[in-house]
Parts: sequence; C-alpha cells; structure tokens
Amino acid sequence: MNGSEFSWSEFFAMGGYAFFVWWSYGLTLAVIVLNIVMPVVQRRKVIKRVKRAIRREQLQE
Amino acid sequence: MWAWIQKFSSPKYFYGMSAKLIPWFALSALLIALYGLYLGFFVAPPDYQQGESYRIIFIHVPAAWMSMFVYVVMAVSAAIGLIWQIRLADVIAASSAPIGASFTFIALVTGSLWGKPMWGTYWVWDARLTSELILLFLYFGYMALQASIEDQRMADKASGLLAIVGVVNIPIIHYSVEWWNTLHQGATVTKFDKPSIHIDMLIPLLLMALAFKLFYLAMVLVRARNEALYRDRNRRWVRELVEKL
Repeated sequence: MNGSEFSWSEFFAMGGYAFFVWWSYGLTLAVIVLNIVMPVVQRRKVIKRVKRAIRREQLQE
Repeated sequence: MWAWIQKFSSPKYFYGMSAKLIPWFALSALLIALYGLYLGFFVAPPDYQQGESYRIIFIHVPAAWMSMFVYVVMAVSAAIGLIWQIRLADVIAASSAPIGASFTFIALVTGSLWGKPMWGTYWVWDARLTSELILLFLYFGYMALQASIEDQRMADKASGLLAIVGVVNIPIIHYSVEWWNTLHQGATVTKFDKPSIHIDMLIPLLLMALAFKLFYLAMVLVRARNEALYRDRNRRWVRELVEKL
C-alpha cells in the first residue's frame, strides 16, 4: 500500500478514515443483503397466498 | 412481430425464462465485485489529496449511476406499459422501484459519510444532493402509489405517470454540478475528454459499476418473478405452478 510491509491493522485504519470508509461499506452491504432477503420472503408470501386461495375454492366446491 | 412480442412478454413465459438467467447475473455480479474490491483496496493507490477516504468512491459513484439508470429503466418500462399495455413492462417498472431506491439510499449515505471528512459536513442543501434526495422521494412516491391503489391497472397508470414526469429530475442531477455552485466535485469519468482519474482507480470503479448493474439485473428478475406470480394469482398457469411447489 505504501511500499513498506503490508499490515492488516494499517489497512483497517484506512489512514484515519476507518469510521467513514467502513460505515459506508457496511451500510452498503446491509442494503444489498436486505435486497436479497426481501424478495425471498415476498416469494413465500405470494405462494402461501395462492395456496390458501386454491384451498378455499376447493372447500366451496 | 406483434405476436412475437406478445409471446415473449407474457408473464408465464418470462417466469420460466428468467429463472435460467438469474444465477448467471448473480454469480458474475459477485465475482466482479470481489475482484473490483480487491483492486480498489489493494492495488489502487491512496489519493494525493484525500488519502484513503476516497475509497468510498468505489461504491458511491456506481450507486449514484445506478440510481439514475434504474430510474430511467423504470420510467421507460412504465411508458411502454402505459402506451402498449404490455403487462411485463409494468411488472419490470414496479420491480425496479425498490432496487432503485436502495441504490439512491446507498449513494446518499456513502456521499454523506464521504462529505463529512472532506467537506466538514454530512449534508448541504446544494443542487446535487437535493436533486438526488428528490430522486429518492420519486421512488418512494412510485412505491406508495403502487401499494395504495387496489386496482392494479389504475396503480400502474398513476405510478407510471409519476415515474415519467419525474424523468426531468435525471438531467438535473447530472448537470447540477455544472449549473449551480456546489461543494460536490464535477464529473471525472463521464465527460467527453479523457477521464481525470488514475487508471488504477478507474478500473475498479468501472468493475464495481458493472457488478452493481449485474446485481440489479439479477434482483429485478427475482422481484419481477414474484410480481408476475402475484399479478397472475388467479390465472391457471400460476395455480398449476403453485400446486407443484
């Protein structure tokens, strides 16, 4: 990174900007994970709803 | 031609077809993002003015680009849905909104976290930041209209109209740094002469932009499949499909 030996603690310190850099990346990751989880939950809900509707119709017949 | 469009834009056909595409988009998004982050954090040198803090650029700028790109996709889809009554277009528009809002939120938050150490403030009411915030509210407005109108066709019409009118905000965001005085820096990549950014910084930036775009493609298909199922919940193909699950 600066020619000298690489150190992880130096890497995580981000030249004193650790707070801003890691919060940025952390929040971005959180939003991305949320964007993956939400449609999975949504899909289950839709399928459940359709199944319930089918069962209701079968009972009425 | 028209019959061809009808076939390929039917939600049923789309549902089957998109399932094959999603893993490829998702996997390539992940791999490209990992490589982009590796280059961005371990190969790109620190900025001569901003030190390490500039590394926020690798998510901030791609997110900001995507916030506008997704909006245009949403508005164009909504227009196609309005004009030609292609149901899949409305599905794509509705599925794009939450993803676009997510990118806008990321752009605003990372920008704020970058602004604090560089400008000394998390927020200023200048043209770039304000127009990007308006973009977020346009997405929220679209989603609110979709959610609050019971009749799906009416919901598509009302929210689609909002999306189309809101397109005027896109050039305002892009040119805001030229038209008005601002703390925000001008364009460094999307200008006609050579980009004023070091190649070792530019490559990870473009890789991250590509990864974000592939992520959008994967997620818009995932959401659109849900939306197609929901909208066609009373049709036979959904009934048959669900019974097998």
